[in-house]
Amino acid sequence: MEFASEKKREILSSIARNDGHGEHSPYFDGWKAYDRNPFHPTQNPDGVIQMGLAENQLSFDLIEEWIKNNPTASICTPAGVGKFKDVANFQDYHGLMEFRQAVAKFMGRVRRGKATFDPNHVVMSGGATGASETLIFCLANPGDAFLVPSPYYPAFDRDIRWRTGVRLIPVPCDSSNNFQVTLAQMESAYTKAIEANINVKGVILTNPSNPLGITLSKETLTSLLSFTFEKNLHMVCDEIYSATVFNSPAFTSISEVMQETECNPDLVHIIYSLSKDLGLPGFRVGIIYSYNDQVVNCARKMSSFGLVSSQSQHLLASMLSDEVFVKKFLEESSRRLAKRYSRFVEGLKQEGIHCLEGNAGLFFWMDLRHLLKEPTHDAEMELWRVIIKDVKLNVSPGSSFHCTEPGFFRVCFANMDDHTVEVALKRIKEFVSNAMEVAMLRNTGERGISA
Amino acid sequence: MRSLLSGKATCNSHGQDSSYFLGWQEYEKNPYDQTRNPQGIIQMGLAENQLSFDLLESWLSKNPDVAGFKRNGESIFRELALFQDYHGLPEFKKALVQFMEEIRGNKVSFDPDKIVLTAGATSANETLIFCLAEAGDAILIPTPYYPGFDRDLKWRTGAEIVPIHCTSSNGFKITACALQQAYQEARNRNLKVKGVLVTNPSNPLGTTMTRPELDLLMDFIVEKQIHLVSDEIYSGTVFSSPNYTSIMEVLSKYEKAEVLDRVHVVYSLSKDLGLPGFRVGAIYSNNDTIVAAATKMSSFGLVSSQTQYFLSALLSDKKFTKKYISENKKRLKNRHASLVSGLHNAGISCLESNAGLFCWVDMRHLLSSTTFEAEMELWKKIVYDVKLNISPGLSCHCSEPGWFRVCFANMTEETLKVAIRRIKAFVESTSRGPDKAISGQRCANVSSRKKPFSKWVFRLPFQDREAGER
Repeated sequence: MEFASEKKREILSSIARNDGHGEHSPYFDGWKAYDRNPFHPTQNPDGVIQMGLAENQLSFDLIEEWIKNNPTASICTPAGVGKFKDVANFQDYHGLMEFRQAVAKFMGRVRRGKATFDPNHVVMSGGATGASETLIFCLANPGDAFLVPSPYYPAFDRDIRWRTGVRLIPVPCDSSNNFQVTLAQMESAYTKAIEANINVKGVILTNPSNPLGITLSKETLTSLLSFTFEKNLHMVCDEIYSATVFNSPAFTSISEVMQETECNPDLVHIIYSLSKDLGLPGFRVGIIYSYNDQVVNCARKMSSFGLVSSQSQHLLASMLSDEVFVKKFLEESSRRLAKRYSRFVEGLKQEGIHCLEGNAGLFFWMDLRHLLKEPTHDAEMELWRVIIKDVKLNVSPGSSFHCTEPGFFRVCFANMDDHTVEVALKRIKEFVSNAMEVAMLRNTGERGISA
Repeated sequence: MRSLLSGKATCNSHGQDSSYFLGWQEYEKNPYDQTRNPQGIIQMGLAENQLSFDLLESWLSKNPDVAGFKRNGESIFRELALFQDYHGLPEFKKALVQFMEEIRGNKVSFDPDKIVLTAGATSANETLIFCLAEAGDAILIPTPYYPGFDRDLKWRTGAEIVPIHCTSSNGFKITACALQQAYQEARNRNLKVKGVLVTNPSNPLGTTMTRPELDLLMDFIVEKQIHLVSDEIYSGTVFSSPNYTSIMEVLSKYEKAEVLDRVHVVYSLSKDLGLPGFRVGAIYSNNDTIVAAATKMSSFGLVSSQTQYFLSALLSDKKFTKKYISENKKRLKNRHASLVSGLHNAGISCLESNAGLFCWVDMRHLLSSTTFEAEMELWKKIVYDVKLNISPGLSCHCSEPGWFRVCFANMTEETLKVAIRRIKAFVESTSRGPDKAISGQRCANVSSRKKPFSKWVFRLPFQDREAGER
């Protein structure tokens, strides 16, 4: 049996056989636990609550209402079917002009008009997943490397590295300065890589950050942009959470910073998507926005491997061109995210659990260092298993984000209803009081022994 | 000085300097329109199926739930908007495999768990190569073949294509001799052969593979212990006999053999249903390791959930699919007959074909010499003077000059008549008549006949355009 399956694997490529897909990470183990026993308020109230999925489920009603009121946006309704043939037939990798225009305008809106975007530089891709991979295929050869501040989104390991053969070098950030990446850290990581004869091609920033849930400051972006300019490195900014900023400071995009700092636009690229800001991950709308014409050209040809369904392009072109809707959506979505975030954070604070002060994203960065047996990754994994198994919450351990400091967890808050929020908080409350008791007993016991 | 971009960004393996795409670009500058631009270039280089949209539109008018994102009257918008599971929407996969079975006369059955959804066949083919080959490995492909394969199979994967030369001497069928020669050529170039990829029905030939050809291929891959990929995206366009035989039918005779793990099918709804914009492709394989790997890779190009949902409703309607498949074939058959007879009246013959959205047209007698230079010369005349964008055989890697692919399903009946009139006028105006036929060549030493492709790449001063179709 084993021999046969080994033979089966041998006829595949090394890419198909290796672990570059990253699915053995604990990030996904928690999901599996959830899939086996998913929480449901009435059908399975003791199930695992999914808090490991960064989805924005708070504002569907706004989108659904818009779709209902705009039947021409769909090619399947009687009002819209007149466009069916043209849209269904359209596979031009430039994308529908109205779609690109609407996306460019929307991106400008999200940046409060501080930057404008050229529709001719908007390139489609299969979600941000496809965008990240395609951009790297354009910028780097196998063996080249990108510097990425950690903690970072686990699937970068797959998206940036798997089929491209490109390397990721983490730039570790920690709680000593609220996980802000500094120029000094970046320079140090760069120098080490160069000394090890690694060909560093660029830097990848996620702003707002996943998993931290914070926006990068203008100062940080400026100093990092200057750094990449000085070293002739690419600056790749994943801004897929840009419209999830719900508290100050307001979002500063690299597109803004570029206008005020000396840089080479040919080195600046933005990854975008509608999966988080609009809560539409199913529609697979990824965008590469590059200031480099050659990259736009190349990425556009590569987009053939992951174009956005013309049906979805058509719908979204209409929706995003509706300025009244967009304004209302952005404001209301932020308001709801702020409210949800604040409910969670307050609830946790009451149990003595602190989070990194966040202002964006669909998650918060929770500090459970005080509940670790010891400040190690093993202790973190042990605590995590307890949280999954006993508390029945799927949260994501910091180590799956390559966080060097043990004890932090990413907790998603926007993918559930209000009732589930209360159930989750209740479970955390119970867990914390039990854990404190255990910790106290352990401490007493130790004192007893040593005394 | 270090290069700013990757090797892939700066090379031209995307294949877009090919004349195949350049013809499109000329068309874009001066597109034919019956009323607004009757002197413009008629697009006959685009293998689209535009003949049966009315059937889809009529289905939509009778199925309003689909438009409202409803299932049994309940809104499922939220569920769809969130659905990004790379296993795909179960009801869509089920409906898709049933459609594939129906197209094959229910002579084979497909398991929905063995299908992987991808963003079009473009992505399906690339993903399969990523799973089967290392950079530098070779895939054997019979010529002539779809020009986009150069991009889809080689560009980002780093794989190589080695041609299996087919010629007009036997209707461009694959022979054992040609297969062995191709394998040897790869070995001479120090390339490890990982598999054979065939398109059945063929693009650009428009023919279905015969059972002997399919058996020959199976024997070959068993002998060499390599993979076989059967791109069957035109399987629903077989409009006349011989009946279609999918590789899946042939596989049934190999019940438990190890070769089952090395045969894979690629499918898409772009040609059969005429929905290229929706980006619906699929890989089907009995090899569960391939299915697992390809499924993970499909993250880079999933099918929009909105689209999966619409199509699951459409394809689950068996009354509709039965009517569509038969009516679509009827219309293709008529359109094909119009083109063939029109060309015949102009003294031009076509390879006898029974499928696809195009004809493989023999214009060898119109060449000034039996060379690819003469083919390019003729092609330029046809694009610029006759104002028809057709695809020269060289762009399809044909080893014999003088053949052109001409599409017939992407225009109205009237436009086709205009195109035929123009061809006839052109032929009548040239000095050569239909009697000076040049005989075809046999399967022999091909190295002297085949000029390096790069010699024929020429650039025209315009912006690049779309290159998504076949």
